[in-house]
Amino acid sequence: MKALVWHGKNDVRVERVPDPEIVNPRDAIIKVTTTAICGSDLHLLDGFIPTMESGDVLGHEFMGEVIEVGSADTHRLKVGDRVVVPFTIACGACFFCKRELWSACDNSNPNARMVEALYGYAGSGLFGYSHMMGGYAGGQAQYVRVPFADVGPMKVPDSLEDEKVLFLTDIFPTGYMAAENCNIQPGDIIAVWGCGPVGQMAIASALMLGAEHVIAIDCVPSRLRMAARRPGVIAVNFEEEDVLDRLKQLTAGRGPDACIEAVGLEAHGATLDAYYDRAKAAMFLATDRPTALRQAIQACRKGGTVSIPGVYGGFLDKMPFGAAFGKGLTFKMGQTHVMKYLKPLLARIEKGEIDPSFVITHRLPIDEAANAYKMFRDQRDECIKVVLKPH
Amino acid sequence: MNKALAIQGQERWASALGGAALVVWGAQRLSTRRAGSGAMIATTGAGLLWRASREGAASRHAGARGIIVEQAVAINRSAEDLFAFWRRLEQLPMIIPELRSVRQIDHRRSEWVASVVGGRVVRWHAEIINEMSNALIAWRTVGRSDLETQGSIHFDPRDHDRGTVVRIKLQYDPPAGAAGAAAAWLAGDSPNQVLREGLRRFKQLMETGEIATTEHQPRGAR
Repeated sequence: MKALVWHGKNDVRVERVPDPEIVNPRDAIIKVTTTAICGSDLHLLDGFIPTMESGDVLGHEFMGEVIEVGSADTHRLKVGDRVVVPFTIACGACFFCKRELWSACDNSNPNARMVEALYGYAGSGLFGYSHMMGGYAGGQAQYVRVPFADVGPMKVPDSLEDEKVLFLTDIFPTGYMAAENCNIQPGDIIAVWGCGPVGQMAIASALMLGAEHVIAIDCVPSRLRMAARRPGVIAVNFEEEDVLDRLKQLTAGRGPDACIEAVGLEAHGATLDAYYDRAKAAMFLATDRPTALRQAIQACRKGGTVSIPGVYGGFLDKMPFGAAFGKGLTFKMGQTHVMKYLKPLLARIEKGEIDPSFVITHRLPIDEAANAYKMFRDQRDECIKVVLKPH
Repeated sequence: MNKALAIQGQERWASALGGAALVVWGAQRLSTRRAGSGAMIATTGAGLLWRASREGAASRHAGARGIIVEQAVAINRSAEDLFAFWRRLEQLPMIIPELRSVRQIDHRRSEWVASVVGGRVVRWHAEIINEMSNALIAWRTVGRSDLETQGSIHFDPRDHDRGTVVRIKLQYDPPAGAAGAAAAWLAGDSPNQVLREGLRRFKQLMETGEIATTEHQPRGAR
């Protein structure tokens, strides 16, 4: 089959690889009908995530048709079912799954000990996202093996086309959980750093959950324009305006009630600390570049929440922890518990409350995936979200 | 300090020094523009440093009685189910791949064969010296064995949906002479690692019915 394969920093290629097969009884094989490139895939392209190996198949946002199921009697899926597949892999039986902390599943990461050495305890396995995160082959491919297919994948109605439901696999629940973590109350103003796909979903979700205004912060005009099309959104370009001053003005001097940081470990910035981070990361004195996170902490109102859907991997430097403590902030973060959100968010799509396909700017065959990665990263051609057709 | 403890102490220092060296080496590779592998090497180094600092947390010196290692895990199954799996000793190679086979000779006695680093084989005979249904199994090696060890596994059910706590203790005297391969296997924290990964797979199998793996999956050319 064809698949998008990682060979090193800045080196991804579409090549022929063997087809997947059923390995464990609870596996299923999915024929991928639509897949997407996630902003977090760019961290892989840029070589920021450790324990990648040349030959790894990428991709964790994918959906398709069940073509084979394993021998377990727990399968609810049948051959021919059309499903979306969460990017987190969860067993459904452990302490964490039973508490709906699906992305903390104890049993789905075969390489858990690699993570334990760094983080103390390991989260769930993920598709196509390094060996430390399980080493599972991803879904930017024609076929995928889905472990614990009796837990994660959800059937979707034929009346909804792929593009409307595809983002249930990651970015819609991720943006939604980020907004839910803000515990939004009537009258709240929410600031969102990063207007990439997850930021766009977080903005839309914050408004759905009752935010009075959302302040969208980015430096890419097309992303800011997309955010500002939604009533209630105020766009702020951090290259043109002083973000902290502007946020103060827009919140009557109080600060946003919650700040969503949808940027992650490769933040860009025009501030002094951003250059400091680049220098330190280049010398490996720090691993991540938390410019946006620092600003979110600084901006947040007293007693407010900083919600972090942006991905972090290692060690942060110069965090304004005094500000966080002094204002009594709440921090919420982590990989999305996708399974918890599948049904409620599908219901919102069916009711027409949201059509997540609004973020799509490019539709390409999988053969063009390698170029698409670079176009997405370099924000060429006003690229915000790429979906790929593998067949 | 007996010999085993000395080996363990040396490994701990090797781990710490190796970790520090990897951090430095990784940083150097970064400066020569091989950033990806540099970052990985440095991260691995940091992991080793962390490991060195943790070393000894689960194994301790037991005076004249050798080394004790201990690992515990909570599993979402009844003590009855967990005990029943473990008591069928022939099944243990499913969760401890280092074991080639376990053969039950009679109700109390069994013969064990394990592969160790370098493909060499270690054999031992064990007998169950204490057994409490659904709660405890204790054993020790007997007769002609390449290593001398005794151990126990406890099953302790908890309230409030906290599963059953499974706790393994293993005490061993490091073997000498001809069984050098076993010594290499048992030195340092290897038994800890083997026990920890064994319990992890035991938990996976008992909670999910299978063991998570990425074997036989597609990948591109390296």
